[in-house]
Amino acid sequence: MTSLTKTPTPQDLPAVSDVPLTHGSLPRRAAPLTLLGSVLAGLLLFVLDWSPAWCALLAAAGYTLTVYLWSRRVEGSRKATDRVVTAIVTSAFLLALLPLVSVLITVVGKGLARFDATFFTNSMRGVVGEGGGVHHAIMGTLIITGLAALISVPVGILTAIYLVEYGRGRLARYITFFVDVMTGIPSIVAGLFAYALFELFYGPGVRMGIMGAVALSVLMIPIVVRATEEMLKLVPNELREAAFALAVPKWLTILKVVLPTALAGIATGVTLAIARVIGETAPLLIAVGITTGDNFDPFDGRMATLSVFSYYEYVSPGVPPEPSLDRAWSAAFLLIIIVMALNLVARLVSRLFAPKTRA
Amino acid sequence: MRKGQTVPPTSERTRTRGAPLSLGDRLFAGSATGAGVLILLVLAGVAAFLVAEAWPALTASEDEIPGGEGLVLYIWPLLLGTLLSATLALLMAAPLAVAIALFVTHYAPRRLAAPLGYIIDLLAAVPSIIYGLWGFSVLAPQTVSPSGWLAENLGWIPFFAGPASSTGRTMLTAAIVLAVMILPIITAVIREAFLQTPRLHEEASWALGATRWEMIRLSVLPFGRSSMIGGSMLGLGRALGETMAVAIVLSVSADAFSFNLISSSNVATIAANIALKFPESSGVAVNVLIASGLVLFVVTLLVNMGARAVINRRREFSGAN
Amino acid sequence: MAKRLDVSDLDIYYDKFLAVQGVSMTIEPRSVTALIGPSGCGKSTFLRTLNRMHELVPNARVEGKVMMDEEDLYGPNVDPVRVRRHVGMVFQRPNPFPTMSVYDNVAAGLKLNNKRMKRSDMDELVERSLRSANLWDEVKDRLNRPGSGLSGGQQQRLCIARAIAVQPDVLLMDEPCSALDPISTGAIEDLIVELKRDYTIVIVTHNMQQAQRISDTTGFFNLKAIGEPGALVEIDATTKIFTNPGNTATEDYVSGRFG
Repeated sequence: MTSLTKTPTPQDLPAVSDVPLTHGSLPRRAAPLTLLGSVLAGLLLFVLDWSPAWCALLAAAGYTLTVYLWSRRVEGSRKATDRVVTAIVTSAFLLALLPLVSVLITVVGKGLARFDATFFTNSMRGVVGEGGGVHHAIMGTLIITGLAALISVPVGILTAIYLVEYGRGRLARYITFFVDVMTGIPSIVAGLFAYALFELFYGPGVRMGIMGAVALSVLMIPIVVRATEEMLKLVPNELREAAFALAVPKWLTILKVVLPTALAGIATGVTLAIARVIGETAPLLIAVGITTGDNFDPFDGRMATLSVFSYYEYVSPGVPPEPSLDRAWSAAFLLIIIVMALNLVARLVSRLFAPKTRA
Repeated sequence: MRKGQTVPPTSERTRTRGAPLSLGDRLFAGSATGAGVLILLVLAGVAAFLVAEAWPALTASEDEIPGGEGLVLYIWPLLLGTLLSATLALLMAAPLAVAIALFVTHYAPRRLAAPLGYIIDLLAAVPSIIYGLWGFSVLAPQTVSPSGWLAENLGWIPFFAGPASSTGRTMLTAAIVLAVMILPIITAVIREAFLQTPRLHEEASWALGATRWEMIRLSVLPFGRSSMIGGSMLGLGRALGETMAVAIVLSVSADAFSFNLISSSNVATIAANIALKFPESSGVAVNVLIASGLVLFVVTLLVNMGARAVINRRREFSGAN
Repeated sequence: MAKRLDVSDLDIYYDKFLAVQGVSMTIEPRSVTALIGPSGCGKSTFLRTLNRMHELVPNARVEGKVMMDEEDLYGPNVDPVRVRRHVGMVFQRPNPFPTMSVYDNVAAGLKLNNKRMKRSDMDELVERSLRSANLWDEVKDRLNRPGSGLSGGQQQRLCIARAIAVQPDVLLMDEPCSALDPISTGAIEDLIVELKRDYTIVIVTHNMQQAQRISDTTGFFNLKAIGEPGALVEIDATTKIFTNPGNTATEDYVSGRFG
């Protein structure tokens, strides 16, 4: 490049190849028809008793290849590449839906087996083989998650208020960074932390509901902080200034103006955070353990929770195993219903009460 | 009032500095600051208590440690198992996440972007225990015959040396389950970045006569590059620490690490090992497990700090534009 | 290579909303045509139909004809991607690709169209484009530095270099100076006047002095009424529009009595 100091003269300039405005293009229905053909071919293979996964894969590959070769011939390589990428990107999305659908179908299919009255009203005390229920585990899950929320929500919201309304300088930067880092703490490490903390006071082998709540709080606090922070930042500064101009002290401004404006968003965030931790297993396995009977006192020994219950029913079933496995799936189904319901509630809250300031 | 927002007017600053604050203000500011500091303390506490509880394992003699070969040789294969499963999961999930984020932001109709993103987010809402059960009872059986094929035809590659497991509870299955679990996390970060690609840069590409894919290559991918890296690292951090799914899916029967992905004798991951052994352990064995948890904590901490640093750098970069 | 554009009875829609109605005009080759008018009257929308960028908005469409010499830009089998290769565009705010060097920015369009171009040919084309954009002397020592490191005015000239590197027939400019200071604006205006030797140039501007300084023909757009679609009120030689327009609305606007 540097050797090129002379001004180029028109005749030795390379010509940019002339591109005609029009060029061949696939008929409008080409892609849909090819897709239909591929799907039919896939179905044919399925009828011939191939596994569904292979049928889908071959159909997708067949479609991509056909469209590529056809388009390359008629439309040129740039357009053909574009079409291939479109096919790949779309199949990637569909591929990701596969596990979601499969998980839901499996859980619903296997989980309905034990959705009866006994399941919701009885505990597992003295149950061998069939029967038994998860009443104790439902209560345990609710109590422990409730306690975790009780710890996390005030701490999380106050921290977010500090970061948005007060925090300046190094401390705020550290907190922001470590809240981010905290979101990545493995849940089992949170469980170990709770165990290590309480072991110092209660000695080895301690298991309590409150320990589970502490472990879940470690996981929940950063989610609450993040969500609240986002919402507080959305509150327009004019609102704060209007209150300051009326000589309202800062803390009252935050309490009476800022928080109410952001309330719907914060509620959404908290609900999602609860949904995130209510299905946790590992920390509860470490910190709370499992029990067969009712224990609703989080400060006194082991409690049952849905997730840990499901785990133990699955890994150590009785003889015959079917009743245990049914209970495991039904507990899992119940768990997924709770989580999905919480997610739905969160979306509804944010949809219905969204502040009008958002674009 | 953080970076990028307006500095409060000087009059307010002098007032708050000169006059004593009201009691309400001091209490409120104090408790807010206190909550922030508490978080730092908790994080420090996690590290401190884990070290305190791991200490007996560090000082114990070799034959007190399960396995009888000392702490390092106990944790090392577990660490390798953790890294192998997480890396494998990342290799599967990351390209898929980029493709999904592209689909949601640039291929699907704009109006559908939010609902489609929500569907992918639902993957993240499924509790890990359920992924474990699903992986064990649905996915694992599906992998048996492909694994057999791999062992037969590609057995010369160490990964597929075989003999293929007859239950499908292999490292490969565990990694697939992990990939499904971290997919929504990576996708969310990348999707966010892709959505923020400046319209100006996209239009610059269109105006040059780019096809959609060329536009994405010229504008969207370069803009989202650090988010792709950061999001992948976040996903990696999550995969490293994921416990229940691996504990349920993986059939653990070996003490020595191997690269064989499709056999039935696998070494566990650190997290799964803790979940499997902790409930029945006592004495030094508990301290050993906590020591392994400490190692896991440090590894995920490093990965997550790296990820955040990369993502934050992009934030500054795009802010400057 | 400059080509004539012939627009007849063009209606521009966003979904069912008619944004601009009934535009007919002829844009002469090797001239500068300025489009003026109040905000929101559809100048930019119209400009973007000339390289089919308009249809990137979901459900946006046009009715009518846009002929480039003998070819209909909206004819069947016409590929919008190829239209944009022939009709270059420069935007309101400079938008060089931030992760690319100065060199790569100019070469970006070339690389799309000519995958196997020789390195030396590429070098020559990049140099010629930068020279044509009056930027070569300022950047020849930092061709491998990021394009976003240049000043605003330089960035805009870089974008012009990028647009003309593929040797388009028509160059569209959407308020190219609105984000620039007066000195950079002067440089761009000089450049536009030089470029009209080789290209057909259509420029949207809010600056009426600018329209007077650089354009040969001026078209005035206005809303027919509040809530009605925008339309081309009149188009004529620039001197006539600014001294003796045929329409009172135009006169009000150019003399500053408007809104």
